[in-house]
Amino acid sequence: MQLINFKNVSCLIFLCLCLGFFNLGLFGQKSTTIIKGSDTCLPVVQNEAEQYMKKNTGASVSVIGGGSGVGIAALQNGTTDIAMSSRKLKMNEKVNLQKDGKSFKEIIFAYDALSVVVHPSNKVKQLTREQLEDIFTGKIKNWKQVGGDDLKIIVYSRESSSGTYEFFKERVMKSKNFMMGALLIPATGSIIQSIGQTKGGIGYAGLAYVHKEVKSIGVSFDGGKTYILPSQKSVKDKSYPVARPLYFYYLLNSEGKVNPFIKYTLSAEGQNNVLTSGYVPLN
Amino acid sequence: MIIVRKPYKKQLEKIIHGVLFSSSTITSIIVIFIIIFLFREGIGLFSSKPIEPGFFIAVNKDNPVKSLSAEQIDLIFNQDVTNWSKVGGKSDSIILFTLNNVTTYIPEDSLGANLEFLPRKLNEFISTHTGVIAYFPDNYKPWEFKASLIPVGNIKVSEFLKGEKWYPTNQPEKIFGILPLILGTLWVSFGAILIALPLGLATAIYLAEVANKRLRNILKPIIELLAGIPSVVYGFFGLVVIVPLVQKIFSLEVGETALVGSIILGIMALPTIITIAEDAILTTPKTLKEASLALGASRWQTMVRVVIPYAKSGIAAAVILGIGRAVGETMAVLMVTGNASVIPHTFLQPVRTLPATIAAEMGEVSSGGVHYQALFALGIVLFIMTLAINFAVELIRSRTKRA
Repeated sequence: MQLINFKNVSCLIFLCLCLGFFNLGLFGQKSTTIIKGSDTCLPVVQNEAEQYMKKNTGASVSVIGGGSGVGIAALQNGTTDIAMSSRKLKMNEKVNLQKDGKSFKEIIFAYDALSVVVHPSNKVKQLTREQLEDIFTGKIKNWKQVGGDDLKIIVYSRESSSGTYEFFKERVMKSKNFMMGALLIPATGSIIQSIGQTKGGIGYAGLAYVHKEVKSIGVSFDGGKTYILPSQKSVKDKSYPVARPLYFYYLLNSEGKVNPFIKYTLSAEGQNNVLTSGYVPLN
Repeated sequence: MIIVRKPYKKQLEKIIHGVLFSSSTITSIIVIFIIIFLFREGIGLFSSKPIEPGFFIAVNKDNPVKSLSAEQIDLIFNQDVTNWSKVGGKSDSIILFTLNNVTTYIPEDSLGANLEFLPRKLNEFISTHTGVIAYFPDNYKPWEFKASLIPVGNIKVSEFLKGEKWYPTNQPEKIFGILPLILGTLWVSFGAILIALPLGLATAIYLAEVANKRLRNILKPIIELLAGIPSVVYGFFGLVVIVPLVQKIFSLEVGETALVGSIILGIMALPTIITIAEDAILTTPKTLKEASLALGASRWQTMVRVVIPYAKSGIAAAVILGIGRAVGETMAVLMVTGNASVIPHTFLQPVRTLPATIAAEMGEVSSGGVHYQALFALGIVLFIMTLAINFAVELIRSRTKRA
């Protein structure tokens, strides 16, 4: 009998300890605004949060990556205050959010452009949307078919579940599937790294990630009449076609808590931070 | 004194007993909980439909095609098939009709500000065009729908295991075929063993039998340090150093290949193999070795004919545990193998492994959806693979005990 009692007691102690830790965690989070979601948004929102906290002492904002889907799921189960996303909510996510009787708000805080990038030694300087579609679906297999050297095309892409992948697929490939042999790379930084070491490589990456190791090429969405290179200017005047908005999602009942930060992001200073992070401000 | 101390001691013993008992119980409960969780989330895949929930696929009433396989739907929406005669219907060109292109067929201003007239227009359009195939959310489904809905069946286990395409976010129908992922995992692991086995075994024998004590004291910690390097660092090393190297040596178009994954995993499995194999070799009784030497056998002969046969099962266990490490490794492989979901035919081809797929896709998946369940199902497959490996180790170990 006594032995069983001891078992019970020690079990209880363990449970109490566990619960205690849980509570600590919950109370600790209460004063900070948590922003979770897309890795594409991460650098710019991180920058915003730092500047915001520098300006408002005492305010605390923590920014966590993980992916657009992670952020939205966290919004749904209440573990984040703001979800940042590089895509619009999907139908089932909308349904899930509304199922619990929660109403949410969507805010566009910046734009991101996707550059189509190739190895710097590649002779090809520009491609039409149709050519890009054929390259990424695997119909065009060699660079000489689009005016380059006799070199096999190696297609790099982001992972199929990333918001960037879906955006590129929808906008550039008219929702057709990527070729089976496309190399799927989990992070934008690694795409740049890989294309920098692969002569026949082609891929896409956010404007902020592109640097000297790779070359951006001009794209044409009007059948080859005008080719436009991605830049701050061409995204802002909407002439560059492969650009997308970045979103904040939050629940209406936490509006009071998140509003100061969102207002800051949309302010002139906040939009300047967007620019310095390499993304494109709203105006 | 003794009478006073005894019950106190007994009490203490009981407390310790209780703590030990509850720790082991908690550990087992956690393990069982994780396994149940994995299976509960993963099994759900086979009672789900591969289509986005809240969407329907419909065709014109007069269209003789009443059902389509997943593959046919994929071919149609990917515009690889553009005529109904290819999928068992009359010769009529296929018109894709989805939310993305609705305004190319119906003027936008006639749909209403909140698309409230869309259901009616949808009905009109589908009933007047014989070749149409429509994919729309259920909430735009018209009241009296004058079209035939295409039934979408549940995902089947055989399709899941034998399918050769992995398009988890495809529209309208997601395609979950994990054969390339399983084969990718096996190729990379097999390659890793081919690299790690000779190297690890040679090192173990050298450390246990040949090296003098001073050298051993230097080498052993270095090898153990190998186990302490985080796998992401291995991944970096692979991506920046080995990928370009392999690309240059084999003059490949692309360096991210199964081979690089195997090399990295082989290096990562080395400490496991060396440590366990060395232990197995060291357990050879001294008497056996001395008897062999006394019979006039050289050190080399003793090693090959006596020590290794004696430690055989321990070495086998080391190898299998090494494979176990390789099969489940995620981060390093994710970074270096290129992750293309094609069935590999050589080591010099990009491959996609099971753990890498889970790690790469889990972050962006919408929780509770079909894709989420599919990733858990991948987890189950991986779990069963490593479980089988662990059973193999147990089998080999128990055989040794009997011998």
